[in-house]
Amino acid sequence: MRAPDLLRFASHAATGKPLRTSLLILSVAIGVAAVVVLTALGDGARRYVMNEFSSLGSNLVIVLPGRSQTGGFNPANAITGTPRDLTINDALALQRGGSIRRVSPIAVGTSEISVGGRLREVMVAGTTSQYVEVRHLDISQGSFLPEEDWGRAAPVAVIGAKVREEMFGALPAVGRLVRVGDRRVRIVGVLASGGQGLGMNTDELVFVPVALAQAMFNSNTLFRIMVEAKNREEIPAAKAQALEILKIRHEGEEDVTVITQDAVLATFDRLLSALTLGVAGIAAISLAVAGILVMNVMLVSVAQRTGEIGLLKALGATGRDIRLAFLAEAAMLSLVGALAGFLLGQAGAAAIRHFYPSFPAYAPDWAVAAGLFTALSAGILFGVLPARRAALLDPVQALAKR
Amino acid sequence: MSEAQIRLSGIERVFHLGDSEVHALSALNLTIAAGEYVAVMGPSGSGKSTLLNLLGLLDRPDAGRYFLEGRDVSALSPEEQALVRSRRIGFVFQSFHLVPRLTAFDNIALPMMLAGVSPKEREVRVARALKDYGLEDRAGHRPEELSGGQRQRVAIARATIMEPAMILADEPTGNLDRATGDEVVHLLEGLNSRGVTLIVVTHDPGIGSRAKRQLLMEDGQLRHDSASTRVNPE
Repeated sequence: MRAPDLLRFASHAATGKPLRTSLLILSVAIGVAAVVVLTALGDGARRYVMNEFSSLGSNLVIVLPGRSQTGGFNPANAITGTPRDLTINDALALQRGGSIRRVSPIAVGTSEISVGGRLREVMVAGTTSQYVEVRHLDISQGSFLPEEDWGRAAPVAVIGAKVREEMFGALPAVGRLVRVGDRRVRIVGVLASGGQGLGMNTDELVFVPVALAQAMFNSNTLFRIMVEAKNREEIPAAKAQALEILKIRHEGEEDVTVITQDAVLATFDRLLSALTLGVAGIAAISLAVAGILVMNVMLVSVAQRTGEIGLLKALGATGRDIRLAFLAEAAMLSLVGALAGFLLGQAGAAAIRHFYPSFPAYAPDWAVAAGLFTALSAGILFGVLPARRAALLDPVQALAKR
Repeated sequence: MSEAQIRLSGIERVFHLGDSEVHALSALNLTIAAGEYVAVMGPSGSGKSTLLNLLGLLDRPDAGRYFLEGRDVSALSPEEQALVRSRRIGFVFQSFHLVPRLTAFDNIALPMMLAGVSPKEREVRVARALKDYGLEDRAGHRPEELSGGQRQRVAIARATIMEPAMILADEPTGNLDRATGDEVVHLLEGLNSRGVTLIVVTHDPGIGSRAKRQLLMEDGQLRHDSASTRVNPE
């Protein structure tokens, strides 16, 4: 039997029973679509988190006060006790690091901003002019904090987009005097909206010079020091230098934690990739179920078509011809089902992206390929038994059954 | 005459029904020459259908040998037997056995498709067959849209499309009325007159008597062979 004839014969047989065929295709399609949509969700979550972290700024090294390492009770700890705080001078010292390009200290606290009778509670971040470069923030109006001595508490502020909208509405904000806590400051700039960072949405922040923030909150400690390495390759070196410099400054004690964005990213990447793999596995179960359905339907088909099989044998079909015809039918059904499921799944992922634009729900290529491959191989694999049964039918009995 | 077209020697066929053994055929010897017109008759269960299935290589004997054109075909593998069926044997059945989802054209083309004949040649040969059997305007119809006589004509066209050496017909008129039955018998006889061996299993004595040679089966054995009585009167 020629290959085109085989395919035509098998497709004729499949379309001869439209309801049976379309239900079967649907079951395979649902399986494949489940793989596509679920992995799109899993991988979308991964990309979403990656994006969030990337918006922190690239080549970023973050210095936190305190040691994150847990140790047993040590009498020395009892005496030296609390770790030293991070100070502006620590931040200034970090600028000496050979692999460090920029340093930006942050001091935070909550306060109130008020203007023209409107009052709002805000988070105030004290930092320096370099922060905008370290974090890759965009300014929509005016400019960021002025370049000046870190110890100088100039009475200026930069506000987030949401703060601007709520405090000023349609009125211009830049140049206005506002009260932040008990200080009067002049607004010099407004940040563009959408600047995201885990836990810190810049839309709702008010930035002031770091010395002003420390004076406002009556403290001389820092919340974080953001360090930008010169490039990606120098991140480990920047991390080591930061640790070294602070260790010397803190009398030989390593009482700070330095985390790199890469390490955090890699952890999340691993976690969420595992999650994606997990949901793909769950979706694959539905494909296996669809495969068993293919087998069941093909077995019924063989039983229904015994007369035809006997006839084909009488007309000179070999067992191989019949086996191939039934296998081709099973393969064709699962192929069409797989393609339909692929389209269905991609449409589903597109719908998710449409309703949640910030969520990048794209199914990864490996998952799509694996879904299609599993559907096809399950269809063919589960088609083997019915095809064998058809090929082994006794033609005399098969013909008598009509 | 050199070698007979069909030679059966010592054929046994036993079916097991529960504990009992049924000898569908026993100690059967038979030779049929090329171009003969043979009617196989006998009561139900006499073994005539089993004989036809054996001749058509749809069934295997439990003992004995079947020579087709000098070759022992009972020892061939199933795949080789399929090839013999494809090239040398055409079947006509009582209930037509057309594939319901295929058109008359495709039903007739089926044996050629199975044999791997090119679509172009199939087209030509089916068109000729449709013309020969007066089915030209029925080419695109499915079996359910055809009358009984038309269906059997499609079946005969299908049986002859590979130009076999013999036609095996199992009650070819069983599902037809008298007039269409006669029409079908004439078609088959026309094929026989062109040299194709025709073996018809039938209940109908009217049709049986038209054959040049009658075989009467009873209890799995050949009771009467009109050819041998003429040669060897008892």
